[in-house]
Amino acid sequence: MATTIDAPRSAPVHPNRRFNIEKWGWIYMRVSGVVLVVLIFGHLFINLVAGDGVRQIDFAFIAGKYATPFWQIWDVLMLWLALIHGSNGMRTITNDYVVHPTANRLTKYALVAATAVLIVLGTLVVFTFDPCPANGLAANLPDFCKAVR
Amino acid sequence: MVSTRPAPELPPTRTSPRLSLPKAPAGTVYRGHEGMWSWVLHRITGVGIFFFLLVHIMDTALVRVSPQVYDGVIATYKNPIMGLGEMALVAAIVFHAFNGLRIILIDFWSFGTKHQRAMFWTVIVLWVVVMAGFVPRQLITIIEEFPR
Repeated sequence: MATTIDAPRSAPVHPNRRFNIEKWGWIYMRVSGVVLVVLIFGHLFINLVAGDGVRQIDFAFIAGKYATPFWQIWDVLMLWLALIHGSNGMRTITNDYVVHPTANRLTKYALVAATAVLIVLGTLVVFTFDPCPANGLAANLPDFCKAVR
Repeated sequence: MVSTRPAPELPPTRTSPRLSLPKAPAGTVYRGHEGMWSWVLHRITGVGIFFFLLVHIMDTALVRVSPQVYDGVIATYKNPIMGLGEMALVAAIVFHAFNGLRIILIDFWSFGTKHQRAMFWTVIVLWVVVMAGFVPRQLITIIEEFPR
């Protein structure tokens, strides 16, 4: 359903409801936003500015980062916070512009589906990451895999 | 802004109530000013970042397919056009980040509400400073990568 906006200072729609999910959504956008500024600026600095910039990124670079849990936790936090922040923002925009009730509902279903699939996918990728997979060619693997094999 | 000008006199006859309406909305502190433009930019950058994020999670997930597949896809990112795209992405993220902090200050701090206009221009200045640092760095990467 498209959102209708009440007149300012009108009585709450559900005066006895203790848990207001829209309020927590509002708080989530601000709390996650502050954390994401730190996480994403750090992410951009390490990947695009430090060292050789963006051209240093390859499988071996990722393997080096994920050799310690630090960047795994960093990336998973970023994944969850950013994707929920982004899809909640897209929900706001959907409610503003997608006025047809069915189209509005379907757009939000698509947002939930994309968010759920990518959070599961991304989390699995980070925590099941293998720096020296059996199908990796020596040229693409980090140097420390030679010692493992 | 409340106008103190006297209301325009209506024509005497009631059969033709022709009012001369202003051609552009007048007397608003929001429309066409810093508040509106920060909102517009926050939306546009937010949508852009969201769709990049969807693609970025999927390309990074290729590390679980094989090192060769991941390196192959990342190699396509390392051309000058994508390098310029990254610059636009960073520009969008930096604006969205600083303006988001401005929104939080407006929400939680009375000083922020009072000085939202000055804070918008602070956001722009900080954005210019960060981009002045990032753009040359990224241009060096693009130029060094180009011959390959």
